[in-house]
Amino acid sequence: MKEMLTILFSAILVENFVLVKFMGICPFLGVSKKLDSALGMSAAVIFVMLMATAATNPIYNYLLAPNGLEYLQTVVFILIIAALVQLVETILKKSLPSLHKALGVYLPLITTNCAVLGVAVLNVEEGYDLIPALVNALGAGLGFMLAMVLFAGVRSRMENIDTPECFKGIPITLVAASIVSMSFMGFGGLVEGLFK
Amino acid sequence: MNKKSKLSILLNGIIKENPVLVLVLGTCPTMAVTSSAINGLGMGIAATAVLIFSNILISALKKVIPDKVRIPCYIVVIAGLVTIVQYLVKAYASDLDKSLGVFLPLIVVNCIILGRAEMFASKNSVVDSALDGMGMGLGFTLALFMMGVIREVLGSGTLLGMSLYSFDPISIFKLAPGGFFVFGCLIALVNKLTKGKAIKKKEFSCAGCPSAGICGKAEKGEC
Repeated sequence: MKEMLTILFSAILVENFVLVKFMGICPFLGVSKKLDSALGMSAAVIFVMLMATAATNPIYNYLLAPNGLEYLQTVVFILIIAALVQLVETILKKSLPSLHKALGVYLPLITTNCAVLGVAVLNVEEGYDLIPALVNALGAGLGFMLAMVLFAGVRSRMENIDTPECFKGIPITLVAASIVSMSFMGFGGLVEGLFK
Repeated sequence: MNKKSKLSILLNGIIKENPVLVLVLGTCPTMAVTSSAINGLGMGIAATAVLIFSNILISALKKVIPDKVRIPCYIVVIAGLVTIVQYLVKAYASDLDKSLGVFLPLIVVNCIILGRAEMFASKNSVVDSALDGMGMGLGFTLALFMMGVIREVLGSGTLLGMSLYSFDPISIFKLAPGGFFVFGCLIALVNKLTKGKAIKKKEFSCAGCPSAGICGKAEKGEC
């Protein structure tokens, strides 16, 4: 249990996917303008990350690795994720139209989100079994959500400030992200101490 | 498109439409692997190799690939090439493999590669596509190398491993916040030099994003 909590919290805080590992920067910069779209996008990311891990981890451990097919990892993972996103979208559309309405627009964007493929590859590299892998994916997703929500707040304040002409738009957003990322560095070493 | 000279196709990617600094694509590896100049260079070369060959293959196969399933087809081609590059790097440059880590397989989801396949290779001849891939790849490499040099000089006080000065470096530039900061400043500098023309044309580069067609948000400017 302690081990799981350590994995979960280090994925959220210390190894935050967006601010420390630089994965999923495109949606982080693109969709963080408004709080509700930031929440919708992160919910979709958490959902797809969990589904992708649940699908790719057993396939790697029980199909690819025993047969010496590790070299197919990248091809298989990206295809699974792409197919999964399509499948989830179709199923949600049919059975849970309200959820589809909330997440739908963000789902296709996620196929090419490197955070999703990243979490699948990292889980394999760490040699996690299914449960720790799912916990790690959940942590990564929650960390993404935390970063998005925090940053949506920062950005809403940023709209009113007077920035130099050449810094308008992306550059000032990146500089602000740098400061938010600096605050996450404070969590380094914290999680190991928490669950001793 | 046909009137463009071969040289201008090549230079287009390096300067006018630099994928990183002007179109702001492929941001994740740009910031993640540039803690030293040599890593930036290695990542740039790996991505360039994938980009050139994916552009050649996709351009050669453009009549065979059915329009409706083109994105999955492109992804398979790119993923195959990335796997080859990944194993070549593992075999011949294992240090680089360690420092690039998970970002080597993540070249698959690099927007630049899929974006060029969709926007250029699927419409142009094989030679033009190869040149476009080379130009875009060199532009990517150049931007990564610049980021790497700045962060290495400021963050570790070295350049390509050689020690430059004796006082303490500002190590935050080597870490995550430094990545965001240097990238932001570089784009601002490009903005200043081009007087803001380049960025305004494609703000947040949503039009260049391969999923722009699917998400449909680019037209509304919400992305």
